[in-house]
Amino acid sequence: MLNIKKISLNVAVALILPCAMFAQQADQPPAKPSKHMEAHIGDLTGHSEAGAKLYYRYCWGCHGARGNGDGENAPYLNILPRNFVAAVFKCRSTPTGTLPLDSDIFNSLYRGLNFSNMPSWKALTAQNRADLVAFVKTFSARWVAEKPGDPIQVPPEPALTVASIKHGGELFQKLECWKCHGQEGRGDGPSASTLTDSNDQPIRPYNFTTDNRAKCGRTNSDLYKIFMTGLDGTPMPSFADVVKPEEAWDLVHYLRTLQYNNPSPELTLWLSTPEGKAIIEAKKVENTNTGSGVKP
Amino acid sequence: MDSLRSKEIQSDLARVGKALLYSSIFLMMFLVDCRPATALPAFARKYGLPCSSCHEAWPMLSPFGQQFKDNGFQLGNDRDAPIFQQAGYWPITFRITPVWHRESTSAAPVDEGNGQAKITTSGFDLSGLDFHTGGTLANNFSFYVLPSSDNTASFHFESVWARLDNVFGTPWINIKLGKFELDNLLSEKRILTLTNVGGVYENYHFQPFSSPGVAENYTFGIGDNQLGLEWMGHSADDRTRVSAALLSASDGTVGLPTSRGYGGFFAASRAFEIGSLGLQRVGAFAFLGEEPTYYQYNLTTTSTIGTDSLGGPVTSTTTTPYAGTGIGNKLIQRYGLMGMWYIKKFDITTIYFHGKDNAWLGTNTPAVPLAVLPPGAHAPSWNGALFESHYMFNPQIILINRYELDRMSQQAFSSNPGNLSNADVLTFGARYYPFISSRAGFAYHAEYSIIWQKGASPTFNQLTTSSLLFGFDFDF
Repeated sequence: MLNIKKISLNVAVALILPCAMFAQQADQPPAKPSKHMEAHIGDLTGHSEAGAKLYYRYCWGCHGARGNGDGENAPYLNILPRNFVAAVFKCRSTPTGTLPLDSDIFNSLYRGLNFSNMPSWKALTAQNRADLVAFVKTFSARWVAEKPGDPIQVPPEPALTVASIKHGGELFQKLECWKCHGQEGRGDGPSASTLTDSNDQPIRPYNFTTDNRAKCGRTNSDLYKIFMTGLDGTPMPSFADVVKPEEAWDLVHYLRTLQYNNPSPELTLWLSTPEGKAIIEAKKVENTNTGSGVKP
Repeated sequence: MDSLRSKEIQSDLARVGKALLYSSIFLMMFLVDCRPATALPAFARKYGLPCSSCHEAWPMLSPFGQQFKDNGFQLGNDRDAPIFQQAGYWPITFRITPVWHRESTSAAPVDEGNGQAKITTSGFDLSGLDFHTGGTLANNFSFYVLPSSDNTASFHFESVWARLDNVFGTPWINIKLGKFELDNLLSEKRILTLTNVGGVYENYHFQPFSSPGVAENYTFGIGDNQLGLEWMGHSADDRTRVSAALLSASDGTVGLPTSRGYGGFFAASRAFEIGSLGLQRVGAFAFLGEEPTYYQYNLTTTSTIGTDSLGGPVTSTTTTPYAGTGIGNKLIQRYGLMGMWYIKKFDITTIYFHGKDNAWLGTNTPAVPLAVLPPGAHAPSWNGALFESHYMFNPQIILINRYELDRMSQQAFSSNPGNLSNADVLTFGARYYPFISSRAGFAYHAEYSIIWQKGASPTFNQLTTSSLLFGFDFDF
């Protein structure tokens, strides 16, 4: 004879228990920013308490007292200051959508972010910068709830060849980089004028002809990481899923030839070929130096 | 009833006590002084950085501000050139300080008695007005122009220079031409103290008496802006800094007022980290220059200054050296070793000075051909020290203390008292910045400074001079 009461109880438990579990999860308070954070960069350990004092000396004017990017200068900046509450960072060595490593933020502080108002803070001590990284992490609950992504692997750079440069050029077309960056890498592609960042602010694609400093570094490895991780918060996506590592290096080699005002091994090699020389010569337009740092 | 009355009285006394306490606290904060020498809100406005970024307490620079200055007022991003600024942007800042101050001197010359008396005066006053304008003309071309007035608005050019920055793309080559502050790590133009006594570094201007009551004929101060050409180089992170400057022997006065003499100023320093204490810096400087001992031509001017009892004219004759005719140049030397030590919120700067003047200059003897020095003449030399400490509660409040001393090691004449010219200066100050902004600067300033100098009174005894000052120091 079936024990109706027992079955009913079991069914009830079977139904209620998951609900209770979910309910328990739902009742859990969301992660809150931690008042104490540490940052670990090599042998350095940064402490948020020390970083707070530095932040309210150097950083709050742009990033705001609450770290949400609404400092008193924010209305006057045409690339808005980073919102640390959102914890979305452009320069990472981790996959798109993930938190950066402490060292990524630390390196951004040292290097500054070209084409923005964020200067280099290399005049500060390394300990100061580590403390600032720790404090920046106190603004967002993401640093409590999530761990930084696993850093992408950067394979050794293959030998530089003309074939590599040419293949990089083909990828530039195939991946439609030109739509934003323009056929000559001047940042004037057909989509350029429509681009906005995560703050709904207009953003201009990188103009390769002006400088050899990209936003997140100037080395070939930095360039490699930029398009394998993407620049979160900007229209620049990650190409990690569509580009093989060796192809990414080909693209790096090609992009260097677009920086025809800045000597590089890639440019030298490209100029040594009749085809490359003709292309570069055609790109160069002599003009008067305006002193602005922007080369024609 | 009496008990109730007593309680009321106690309550009133408690309120009065609290009021006095709060008033005292407010007064203390109010008195906290700050005088930014060359803080430039124009830069803060350009880059959107709070003044506390570049200044530990304006106008004293932070390592970040020092790097910005050394890099030609450039942060190193693409916003440095003025082409990126709005066309209406004009990099200009003005600074002036209304004050109340009290000045006291122990022995001022007077008409009556023994010819000297203690004089104390006080009242409301103004500082001079500075118009700072500086920035970049283009990438790696920077400039600075500072028309400065006294408190009657009589202007002169305190500083005017243009600089080629990062020549050949290296931070080790920067060339500056014009009138500029020497590469003093402890900048007198960014001094945090404002009084007549404490507003300058005594050691930066110290010159011994030739004999009691007689000053040396020439004037030179390494704290003064000088006319010349400077090469300066620094590492990318500004930890290492070196400079050399060729200067005219004019102490910064335009019009070649003295001679065709030149001087050289050399400075080098290196910063290093000590754990969590912060950035420490040690350095050295040297100045070797020449000054004329006499002039080939002196302009004699006779003017009528009144009439005598018979109605006849009373005339006054003055003799002034004619510009550029100085000759008989002799050597002056200034050396220093310095350390800037940071222990979290506390920092102290220590400097050892040594100075020496040629005997012809020290004794005011014209070095005409075949001339000989007077009997007992020596090359005067001296040693000095400076200790300036700061305690920074936070970027808004700073306490300042400074002690300087000068001790003669060789008098110009054997007959001089051994301690003639010896000086001690003690300064206390505080500044409170009620807001930290990227648009303007304001500070409550309070300061007391006193100097004792041997042989400086009208009767060649010790002269004691003190200054007390409260003011509003602001720039925009």
